Amino acid sequence: MTPSAPLGLLAELTHRCPLACPYCSNPLALVDRNDELDTETWVRVFHEAAEMGVLQVHLSGGEPAARRDLTDLVAAAHDSGLYTNLITSAIGLDPQRLARLKAAGLDHVQLSIQDLDAASADRIAGYRGAHDRKLAFARAVTGLDLAFTLNAVVHRANIARVADFAELALTLGAGRVEIAHTQYYGWALRNRAALMPTRDQVTAAMETVERIRPLYANRLAIDLVTPDYYARRPKACMGGWARRTLNVTPAGRVLPCHAAETIPGLEFWSVRDHALADIWAMSPAFNAFRGTDWMQEPCRSCARRDLDFGGCRCQALAIAGDAAAIDPACELSPHHATLLAYAEQDSTPADFAYFHRGRAAPAPA
Amino acid sequence: MSNGADTSLPARPRLAPGVRLHFDKARNDWVLLAPERIIEIEGPAQEILRRCDGSRTLDQVIDELAALYTAERAIIAADVTDMLAELVAKRLLV
Ligand code: SF4
Ligand code: SF4
Repeated sequence: MTPSAPLGLLAELTHRCPLACPYCSNPLALVDRNDELDTETWVRVFHEAAEMGVLQVHLSGGEPAARRDLTDLVAAAHDSGLYTNLITSAIGLDPQRLARLKAAGLDHVQLSIQDLDAASADRIAGYRGAHDRKLAFARAVTGLDLAFTLNAVVHRANIARVADFAELALTLGAGRVEIAHTQYYGWALRNRAALMPTRDQVTAAMETVERIRPLYANRLAIDLVTPDYYARRPKACMGGWARRTLNVTPAGRVLPCHAAETIPGLEFWSVRDHALADIWAMSPAFNAFRGTDWMQEPCRSCARRDLDFGGCRCQALAIAGDAAAIDPACELSPHHATLLAYAEQDSTPADFAYFHRGRAAPAPA
Repeated sequence: MSNGADTSLPARPRLAPGVRLHFDKARNDWVLLAPERIIEIEGPAQEILRRCDGSRTLDQVIDELAALYTAERAIIAADVTDMLAELVAKRLLV
């Protein structure tokens, strides 16, 4: 049986990034510039993606602007018929370059922001001056009449300000704000003790979003990436493994989700060796957890298995030690208490230092 | 009530920035592509939306649809304005 075609492609154009966010979901082992796919290969990948039924491409990284060929890549994705979304930190994109991206067919820009106050935001990003450049960039985006989403990853240092993020998004002219509770993979997992909010903070933030949503109706869409560690049920991670999206790493490996490489024993195929459609249909990594046949109990006989697909495989591996186990975010998991204990333990220290990706480890506090 | 002169609708409706009407070859379907969203479009809705290009007035869109379907203008007007009002509320149309 051939699986139905994916809708979205996450193109991680590069792992290079001038910022060093402690919650970055990039892997601890970052792909080197010399191992990045060349322009030609990305162009082929975009064409193949559109042919097989992908509708939207998310140009991400790292910082995609670190690629000198970004305009050509946007043009190629657009010419293939793909809806092009640029996920950026703004660094490296002046108004002229942004205008060229728009002319090349860019449909939408998603800008990340770290906090409301510049000093705190720059501290989180590990980059002085980043915040002010982001605000200027946001004005350039709306000045070009480009559709625009503001993305705020929330964690202990900024979780009290979810309402302010929404207001800032509106002020900057965004049509959408994404409040993304930190997902603990890659660098974020490494930084969990510095990032984890308390249960009360998470509850308050969730209530705030529910309260303000109607106040912004018709003006600003407020989307939420929910937190796992205090949850009772898991998210439908990626909308289900190998069901809706695929992810191409800077080096060309094709993953069912960005953290999939943490799962040992999975065989990933590369766009250097295979056509994208073949990878989607036949590569061992995609078929490992596709559908529901791989499931263990209690997921296998659970009524929600076609809703959440047993949650996240990478989190099952990280916490339960078995990628085929039920996601510990589910309260039916025998490891649910462990997950909660990690959260409670990590959310308490007042003093913390971030591991900034790609930089020297912090001195002990 | 919906009618051709509904003042809450833009005079020359067009898709919002970041929203595109697209024919999905693989699934043989029209879709609206928007930030992090894909919305399936039924046949007649596609005929309405592809006329919302910012050059036609609302009345022109209704006239063209009435001619296309050789239907009574009042009925078409109600359908068109209902649909467009919904899209305006979702900020897919401006
Ligand atoms: S999360 Fe921060 S460090 Fe990671 S790619 Fe995005 S901007 Fe760069
Ligand atoms: S038991 Fe499995 S399928 Fe059921 S809710 Fe929990 S994670 Fe989802």
